[in-house]
Amino acid sequence: MLRYVLGRLLSLGLSLIVASLVIFTVIEVIPGDPAAFMLGLNADEATVAALRADLGLEGSKAARYVSWISGMVQGDFGTSYTYRVPVGQLVADRLWVSIPLALFALILSTAIAFPIGILSAANRGRGLDYGIMGGTQLGIAIPNFWFGMLLVLVFAVTLQWFSAGGFPGWETPLAALKALVLPSIALALPQAAILARVMRSALIETLAQDYMRTARAKGLPRRQALLRHALRNALIPVLTIIGLQFSFLLAGAIIIENVFFLPGLGRLIFQGITQRDLVVVESVTMLLVFAVILVTFIVDIAYAIADPRLRRRA
Amino acid sequence: MTRLPVSMILGAVLSAMFLAMALVSFVWTPHDVEQLVIANRLQPASGDFPLGTDQFGRDLLSMLMVGARVSLAVALVAVGIGVVIGVPLGLAAAATRGSLLDELIMRGNDLIFAFPSLVIAILITAVFGPSAFNAIIAIGIFNIPVFARVARGGALSLWTLDYILAARVAGKGKIRISVEHILPNIANLLIVQATIQFSLGILAEAALSYVGLSVQPPVPSWGRMLSDAQTMIYSHPMLAILPGLAIVLMVLGLNLMGDGLRDLLDPRLRRRRQ
Repeated sequence: MLRYVLGRLLSLGLSLIVASLVIFTVIEVIPGDPAAFMLGLNADEATVAALRADLGLEGSKAARYVSWISGMVQGDFGTSYTYRVPVGQLVADRLWVSIPLALFALILSTAIAFPIGILSAANRGRGLDYGIMGGTQLGIAIPNFWFGMLLVLVFAVTLQWFSAGGFPGWETPLAALKALVLPSIALALPQAAILARVMRSALIETLAQDYMRTARAKGLPRRQALLRHALRNALIPVLTIIGLQFSFLLAGAIIIENVFFLPGLGRLIFQGITQRDLVVVESVTMLLVFAVILVTFIVDIAYAIADPRLRRRA
Repeated sequence: MTRLPVSMILGAVLSAMFLAMALVSFVWTPHDVEQLVIANRLQPASGDFPLGTDQFGRDLLSMLMVGARVSLAVALVAVGIGVVIGVPLGLAAAATRGSLLDELIMRGNDLIFAFPSLVIAILITAVFGPSAFNAIIAIGIFNIPVFARVARGGALSLWTLDYILAARVAGKGKIRISVEHILPNIANLLIVQATIQFSLGILAEAALSYVGLSVQPPVPSWGRMLSDAQTMIYSHPMLAILPGLAIVLMVLGLNLMGDGLRDLLDPRLRRRRQ
């Protein structure tokens, strides 16, 4: 187990290094002079030079890379050019919207997908199964931002149960939670459709195994056998998808935040792009990628705990 | 010949419908989509405007037709990038299983997976500016590891078979075996994956154009029609409903067709179904 974790840790570190190199290259090397890029065509030479000094662009590219990374490691993400505040602080504020949003969506999609997937597998080939599978086909095809707009249309415009967007801040916790309800449903439902399908096929696969027949033969009721033996074994592929979904949820959250005007990381990135604030774009992108790589790592470890065979193979 | 499942026929019909819409839009649309006629704005559905007009007086049906073209074109080229680059990589990885090359290709793939495709798109547009071309690159890059993985997985199991061994004994090189024996045998897998990636590409393009990172005005796209409609949702909900419906039906059609194709092309599944 220890060897397995160390191996995963090594690959985590390598991925982070390569990812940071890619991001650094795209943002700071490809545009030529980032300072000139940020200020646009009409900037005069003195201003560009001042910004260049301001951003610490005078050193060699290698030195800049090292200082960017060592800054990030110490929690210093640089200073936003447009906001004139540390990017770290901007990110910290936005995280309080984006993380709860992605988390709610993840919980919601799992909570919807598990019972539906189990129900579908248990009733395989019957009307209920076909109905559920048809519904999930539709769920997969719906873009989450459009679903968000439909939710606004129904629950904000017509029924007026929720506001159409915006975020009141966590000082009023109930209002803040309420503001996240529609966005997290919009994010969760299409993901739940995918997860339910994975759950169903994983369960059907395990239900066909010999040990399931044994469990039934020794007198375990169908329901018990399914919940006690099949479900545990079906969890491995399901875990993979949940891990993968996290990155979709993060990316999806970027879009959904725009639908509901939520001040999260997604809005921050788009503001960074429109204002050509490369410092913000660079650091926030790195942070997102870091989160995805970290979750992949956690899922890998969770696997090894769920499936001892994986430990031995490594 | 087995009977085709209803869902696959439905999928094929839906896909064909949108393909036809896109193709027809090259030669004819009911109205010019780039011409803004303010006098016609926000017209309800009528004989002249079958689905009504938007806030700039553009005909919705014409916009949906051209939007279908944009969607299909972006997704198609993005899948093409994935196949053309990903499949050879996957074949090479399988042919040199366990080698440094294999390891490099697979780790590189993991890395691309670590970047959500939208983040790649954002990175690219932050530097090169938003355009359909950059959207294609952003979606296409993400397709490369998918096809590499499918090709490698399919090829690995084939390399252990006797007829491949026979081909090696006959003196064929790894490249020739990959092209002549492996590729035709994993074609089914690749076709099915291509349909899936195609529908994912349409969803991704819609998301990118919704946030303004794909084709730029005045060319209409489904995603941007949705973002334009967002402020009108209170007064004219149809403007937001129709383009979304187009996306859903197109993606649904492709997915149903992909599922049907998989059942049809995979002999193991076919036998089980009969």
